[in-house]
Amino acid sequence: MILRTGPENKRYRDRVKELSGENVDLCFQCGACSSGCPMTQEMDYLPSKVIRMVQLGLEEAQEAKTIWVCTTCFNCEVRCPRGIDIANVMEALRQMVLRKKYNRVSLDDLSPEELRELPQVAIVSNQRKLTA
Amino acid sequence: MTRIAYYPGCTLKTNARNFEASTLATAEALGIELVEPGRWNCCGTVHALAKDDVMHHLAPVRNLIRVEELSNKGAIDGKQVVTLCAMCYNTLKRSNQVFNQDSDKRKKIRDIMTKEDIQYSGNVEVIHYLEALRSLGWDKVTARVVKPLKGLKVAPYYGCLLLRPRGIGVDDADHPTIMEDLLKALGAETVEFAYSQKCCGSYHTVQMKEAVADLSHRILKQAEVAGADVVAMACPLCEYNLGPRQEQVKKQYPSFNSIPVVYFTQLMALAFGLDDEATAFEANRPDPSPLLKEKGLLE
Repeated sequence: MILRTGPENKRYRDRVKELSGENVDLCFQCGACSSGCPMTQEMDYLPSKVIRMVQLGLEEAQEAKTIWVCTTCFNCEVRCPRGIDIANVMEALRQMVLRKKYNRVSLDDLSPEELRELPQVAIVSNQRKLTA
Repeated sequence: MTRIAYYPGCTLKTNARNFEASTLATAEALGIELVEPGRWNCCGTVHALAKDDVMHHLAPVRNLIRVEELSNKGAIDGKQVVTLCAMCYNTLKRSNQVFNQDSDKRKKIRDIMTKEDIQYSGNVEVIHYLEALRSLGWDKVTARVVKPLKGLKVAPYYGCLLLRPRGIGVDDADHPTIMEDLLKALGAETVEFAYSQKCCGSYHTVQMKEAVADLSHRILKQAEVAGADVVAMACPLCEYNLGPRQEQVKKQYPSFNSIPVVYFTQLMALAFGLDDEATAFEANRPDPSPLLKEKGLLE
């Protein structure tokens, strides 16, 4: 990854800050969010690393698998000593991708049996979080 | 009878009928009538986290309008609405908070919702059934018990949205005791286990069932190691991931011992001596009845 620090990086960081409502600059990389995260084994970058990428204004943040694996369980929010709601930052990054009409998942991939068996609350929240 | 509004949400009418049946019956036994609005809509299941999102607050607010209409008609006492599903609870409560705290969004929401008969005041209070029980008093719950759950070791599982984010949940986000307090009031023994507040994998159960089974395995294994006979919960999505998903867990972890998973309200119905329709254990997978028979709690 090449580190750049141009105006476009500041713009990107400011956009994430605006959409998430979180001041990511407060993060000092303690890693408490990553240590408490239940989904790290499925992630490419730890949540704290994604926050660092946003601090540096690197658009690679929204290319991370991490943002799609996040379950929005707010464990990180409860643990962050700097008061950052990391789940909000993940949501902002997802939204920046989804708003370009991207669908991460499709219900067409499920069998009729799976669709019948899954509770509605799972299907609706899955579609809300992972489709445009 | 105290009358409180009740918002069921989608899954309580299908996969989680056992949660609803046991709740309505135990509430009635405690002198609480849960009044369901004549119509209601999906809460949206997840809170609109993006700061510029107004649209996704409409569905929750519309449900709060239904509650306010009940109140205006005199069909309920006070202005509370009881929820059961942790996701409904979280979504309704957070949108209510946004409505009350963000004047710009409040104006936009009101400007959009012109077809409603009334304008939402912001005064409805969203609570979980556990909170309604805590307000009633644990002693009142104990007074209604006819069959104490003596000798039953229960692991209370909170999951995520019942407790988080901080300030939204039913209890302290780090050291909750509300479910322990209830279970003790029923005469059960509670066990502490490491993953009582860890996420079950939530909506990833749709496309990432292997990953969810990993999480379920971790959580259930911890409960087993702590000595639990059964896990108690308060969310239909957690119930699915820790209950029926055990079939997937067994595929990935052949040595896994299955452990029954029930709603806290079913344990209440059992302790209150209510009938099969109220306990509704036949809907649970894995079946908790062999364990409960062994403990002498079920005939």
